[in-house]
Amino acid sequence: MRQVTTVIVGAGQTGLAMSRCLTERSVDHVVLERGEIANSWRTGRWDSLRLLTPNWQSRLPGYSYQGDEPGGFMTMPEVIDYLSHYAATIDAPVEEHTEVSSVRQLADDFVVTTSAGEWRARTVVVASGPYHAAEVPSFAASLPPGVTAVTPADYRNPDQLDEGGVLVVGAAATGVQLADEIQRSGRPVTLAVGGHVRVPRVYRGMDIMWWLDAAGILDERYDEVDDVVRARHLASFQLVGSPNGLTVDLNYLQDIGVRIVGRLGGITDDGTAQFSGSLPNPCALADLKLGRLLDTLDEWATSRGLDREIEAAMRPVATRVPPLPPLLLPLGSGEIKTVIWATGYRPEYPWLEVPVLDGKGRVRHDGGITPVPGLYLMSATFLRRRRSTFIDGAGDDARELSAHLVDFLGEKANVR
Amino acid sequence: MTDTATPVDNGVDVDFLQKARGILTEQPEAADFKWRVSNTWVKGTHSRSTVKDFFGLGAEQTHKSEFHFEGDHPQVFSAEDEGATPVESLLASLAGCLTAGVAAVAQNRGIQLRSVEATLEGDMDIRGILGVDPDVRNGFSQIKVTYNIDADATPDEKKALVAQSQKRSAVYDAITNPTRVIVDVI
Repeated sequence: MRQVTTVIVGAGQTGLAMSRCLTERSVDHVVLERGEIANSWRTGRWDSLRLLTPNWQSRLPGYSYQGDEPGGFMTMPEVIDYLSHYAATIDAPVEEHTEVSSVRQLADDFVVTTSAGEWRARTVVVASGPYHAAEVPSFAASLPPGVTAVTPADYRNPDQLDEGGVLVVGAAATGVQLADEIQRSGRPVTLAVGGHVRVPRVYRGMDIMWWLDAAGILDERYDEVDDVVRARHLASFQLVGSPNGLTVDLNYLQDIGVRIVGRLGGITDDGTAQFSGSLPNPCALADLKLGRLLDTLDEWATSRGLDREIEAAMRPVATRVPPLPPLLLPLGSGEIKTVIWATGYRPEYPWLEVPVLDGKGRVRHDGGITPVPGLYLMSATFLRRRRSTFIDGAGDDARELSAHLVDFLGEKANVR
Repeated sequence: MTDTATPVDNGVDVDFLQKARGILTEQPEAADFKWRVSNTWVKGTHSRSTVKDFFGLGAEQTHKSEFHFEGDHPQVFSAEDEGATPVESLLASLAGCLTAGVAAVAQNRGIQLRSVEATLEGDMDIRGILGVDPDVRNGFSQIKVTYNIDADATPDEKKALVAQSQKRSAVYDAITNPTRVIVDVI
């Protein structure tokens, strides 16, 4: 059994950032990757997907975008190149094609069993990403025959779908992006809309991610926000990383012909989709929340004396809610050929044999520090700050958690 | 929001609700409630519902006193009109739930309420319940709720109170989303 101080599970941005920070602190470690570097970015992503954050905003410890399009948005091959180059630059000790099958405690240590042997480690960092399985509602199995169910993990492009109508369930980033390109492919889209977060791609001439970064909103910490559970479960921004600055909100989607309906509440035994009658409310909530966000950004701009340098403040028009969106839609009538479950992802840890999972199978943690000393979580939505959700957040999280990890090793050494 | 020295008091114990959230996160089984109503036919379309006990926090609970609700139909239906029409009771339930939510959210957000008035109107084509036209549904085709709130808050803050109340309302959810209903005869 090989010995190492720290095993990092996963060689995506969070695992690599942690590797770099541990190297700086002279902690010997290994990064175990079931596939290749940036594995999640290689698999289960649709063809047109680009990062939601501009190129300049993928800063990692000791690394940043050096190309000539800082305001552009990376395609998936570009993300893979970016992270692979990072791994090489920091000389990360990555063992590819090494799938972890179990992590368990042994005395004060952890034993990590993999497809390529065992490791004994004093600390383990889980950096396997938050997106392992598509989350689909319990009634997904009730789809009538003749309707194909697709998850974002299976979806590549509209051409793979049958001709005919498509019901996209969920209006976060994934749902609105797929609704957009599928509608434009000539397949009429119905979009089921629950709670969502509306933001413009560009505000007052500047990218929204610039605003959130500059005004400090991405730096809000998990232990400072009112309700971290709610913050961690918010739908992703209705954004697309589009070279032409497109805003994919519900008004745009309706302009191109998408029909919006309420949240999908159930499917009856005879295959009829039941949509919630609450559609105006999530739209009102999203508009009000957007208004508060833009108020905050405008106040910040004024406080920094930027009002003359950038475009004037404005407010997007309110979300248009159709007066009588259908509450029922027979899925077996032939109108709908495909249902796309854009209802989110969940992490899965079948290999984590350490008692840190809650009743929903998620790792219990306090900003990445789990209840089991020496076990850390690096990749989760809003792990330590809003920025954690993005590549750009891996650096701060890795710096802080690596400091905690080194303190822990010191205490452990003193006890021994 | 208010910055005055007078503490906001809408009569909602938000601290208790926050503590309950913490406890129920750790003990989800205590969150299983059963709400109960018993109903007795009186005469004609008149019946009386009684609310007394419920189950929650792991134990049987009892209201401070028994509550009674008369249900009947109006004289234009050739009934005795001894109580509210059940669909009116449904609107009353929706209003009770949403207004409670408005008060709780306002308390949590530090907004002092002075008055909260709501009017509710449910549209219904009674050809459905009379079986005149099988294409007409029995229930409401639409419900309109209008709030008029006097509070230390901007118009958008008031809208946000009502929107957040809808987001957390049990009756609003029950009306807008499908609910499994099992009716047995013993």
